[in-house]
Amino acid sequence: MTSLNPAAAALFPRGAAGVALREAVPTWLAKAHDRLGRASAAPHARPPVCGPVGDLWFRAAPVPAGDGSVTWWLTDDTARHTAERRLSEERRQAAVLAEVSGALLATLNAERCMELVARLAAEHLADAAVVVAPAPGRGLPVAVAGPDGLTEYQVLRADPEEVPGLEEALRGRPPSPETVAVDPAALPGWALPGSLAGPVVRASLTPLPGQGLPAGALLLLDTGASDGARDARPGPGFARLFAIRAGAALSAARLHAEQAAITATLMRGLLPPALSAVHGVEYAGVYRPSGASERVGGDFYDVHPGAGPDDETLVVLGDVCGKGLEAAVLTGKIRNTLQALLPLADDHQRLLGLLNGALLTPANPRFATLALASVVRDGPRVRLRVTSAGHQPPVVVRRSGAVEEVPTRGTLVGAFHRITSTTVEVVLEPGETCVFFTDGVTEARGGPMGDEMFGQRRLEAGLSRCAGMPVHTLVDHVHMLAAEWLGGNDHDDIAVVAVGAPYRTNPEEGTTA
Amino acid sequence: MTTQHPARTGPGTPAVLTQEVHERLWAALRDGDEYAASGVVMDAVEAGAGVEEVLLDLIAPVQARIGAEWAANRITVAQEHSATAVNERVMAALAHHPAHRPPPPHRGRITVACVDGEWHALPARLVAEVLRRRGWEVGFLGAHVPTPHLVAELHATAPRAVALSCSMPRHLPVAHRVVAACQAAGFPVLAGGRAFGPDGRHARALGADGWAPDARGAAEVLGSGLAGSLPRPAHLPVEDLPHLDDQEYTSVTRARRRLVKETLAGLEDRFPPMRAYTDVQRDRTAEDVAHVVDHLAAALYVDDDVLFTGFLTWTADVLTARGVPAVSLDPTLDLLAAALPAAAPRARRILTAGRAELAAA
Repeated sequence: MTSLNPAAAALFPRGAAGVALREAVPTWLAKAHDRLGRASAAPHARPPVCGPVGDLWFRAAPVPAGDGSVTWWLTDDTARHTAERRLSEERRQAAVLAEVSGALLATLNAERCMELVARLAAEHLADAAVVVAPAPGRGLPVAVAGPDGLTEYQVLRADPEEVPGLEEALRGRPPSPETVAVDPAALPGWALPGSLAGPVVRASLTPLPGQGLPAGALLLLDTGASDGARDARPGPGFARLFAIRAGAALSAARLHAEQAAITATLMRGLLPPALSAVHGVEYAGVYRPSGASERVGGDFYDVHPGAGPDDETLVVLGDVCGKGLEAAVLTGKIRNTLQALLPLADDHQRLLGLLNGALLTPANPRFATLALASVVRDGPRVRLRVTSAGHQPPVVVRRSGAVEEVPTRGTLVGAFHRITSTTVEVVLEPGETCVFFTDGVTEARGGPMGDEMFGQRRLEAGLSRCAGMPVHTLVDHVHMLAAEWLGGNDHDDIAVVAVGAPYRTNPEEGTTA
Repeated sequence: MTTQHPARTGPGTPAVLTQEVHERLWAALRDGDEYAASGVVMDAVEAGAGVEEVLLDLIAPVQARIGAEWAANRITVAQEHSATAVNERVMAALAHHPAHRPPPPHRGRITVACVDGEWHALPARLVAEVLRRRGWEVGFLGAHVPTPHLVAELHATAPRAVALSCSMPRHLPVAHRVVAACQAAGFPVLAGGRAFGPDGRHARALGADGWAPDARGAAEVLGSGLAGSLPRPAHLPVEDLPHLDDQEYTSVTRARRRLVKETLAGLEDRFPPMRAYTDVQRDRTAEDVAHVVDHLAAALYVDDDVLFTGFLTWTADVLTARGVPAVSLDPTLDLLAAALPAAAPRARRILTAGRAELAAA
């Protein structure tokens, strides 16, 4: 160092003429000077350098003099440097927050959501993270994520009291709404992922605010192993932003799970039954509600097994006017009414008359069409008594491939005081099938031209190719024909039921005749 | 072992699963005889073949043969469906046989489903059974799963991953929506099935998190880290497939109805005997034309000429087996080209590739 002006002297108190540069100025500046000496062959390669001096940030520009000495001009750049650093930190936080929000918004499953919160926290906030959810009396749901990104969800038989402050956070009475430090020595084994690099040196607990009720608590763990990388982590205020988003996502997921469970319980009685063989007769059904996201609609079917092999089994397939949940509720009423009327099922006209009376109330503006069949095995054959109440008559698929419409006609139920219908007897030989269906099949619009109706002709042509098929295959085939015809177009509810006389009898069971 | 059916047996096939066993199962399925078919399969297991080997080295190759026999016009479509149904029931019986139960699950849940519109459930069922035997808990949703049902199922059960099956290439645009829907809900997707191409190129193009060529491969990919990973973040279809920006796929699918009608009208002009076709013949011709349009649309969607030319080669074989000369496809392609929207360079390129393929065949 040859000389320095008063401002420089104030900045570098140990600086004076004759002092070695590296003893007076910060290392970054001394090194830049050394580099300058080596790079003298390239005179324009002398970019300014930057670095800290005490609490300040300086920019130093070298100006070489002709005699080989260099003048370093220093300017205070602290304000700009601080602003730039804040900006990049904010940008990083915003990017992480966007990633976190996107990932958390997507999931509506509480378990998955807890895992995600733990994993994202272990990725962005600490070495490892533990999410604990409140679940009174049902064990302690815990998601633990280690530094390797692996997450484990478990419901533990553990007491939240084992972690200081956890019980209060889960009950919504945390000692502080903010993060509190936790003594690492007090942590139970379940809160420590196996993949940690060493013992935990820092731990903190953050309550996750929910909607009304607390959503859980987030325990962050640090071993100190990645402290060098801590600068890359978002600042302390970020944990609070993260906790708010995580809490909202957990609450939404839990709310969704509760609603879905309620819907599933209420829906159970409205879903079509699974069909199988009864008293030596084969039954199969398919059901497709009109809306892609719906589970139930205005079509319905039931098979009520007879008391013994010689008693008739009652098959019902029907269609309530309208679609969706409201129509489904009425199908539930009709199915319950028919269940209650089962002792009278041998007289179809009387059964329909009573059902008609039950539906003819001012509170019920809807009507329904039905097809009924009383089915009994008779040796290798199956006998059916079939009645239509305003419904499309079923068709019989013969072994020869002939498809015959069953000539039954009748009045729909729930609209007129006086109704009539005819009952027709059908006999199925082994391998033959009687197929009941709703207009969702025949009135399906689509096809190669996009706007044609599937129609009775195509249904019968398709069924003709199903001669001898097992009933499950046959109903799936009809469903496929209708769905392929629709090709994704909107449609009405679709229901198909097949009643079949077994073609082959399992040799192990022997003939049931 | 030399066979006329390429997909029949692999190099690691156990000694019990001989050609003769294969022929016996095939004969039982062709006759729709479930009891005989179950007998063949149970005998093979009792003779020492593992359940996984029976599934993948006996049931799967015989299933491939069912499809090949239909294409060659040696069995009817009803026989094909009955045989497939019996094969599925035999599989189910094997899976539920008390002596051959899979181990209790210890590896988390996987949801296995076919995309909406896909009716080929057997490949997905094979994957489901193999995964069960390897310790996964499996939710099998079967064929033709409406996408909203699949997503609701995912939210309800939170599997480690979704194994998505698609056999028919024309369903690839739907498959893409299903992949994106599962990922948007937070679940990684393993794609499988013939539609994704022999090398899985379409699985990659559609942004699936993984792809496997068969059931064993699916078990490996899921076991080596895909299950439980984070899926790709939610995104728009055009981000996976930038070529969709030219709107050609959209304009061809929007014009589907007109394209089919104009091509059919053109065919009637060229072949007056078509006017005397029965309703059934007319339906069949219209279906064939609609299939050509659908495959053109799917080829546009993934921008792959081979999807279209592969379909034409297969169709030509099916037609030839039924005594219809394959050259009858040429006028369809000509008429379709004439009916295309004005600016459709990719669609024209694909049709030209199709004509070249037919000429070479």
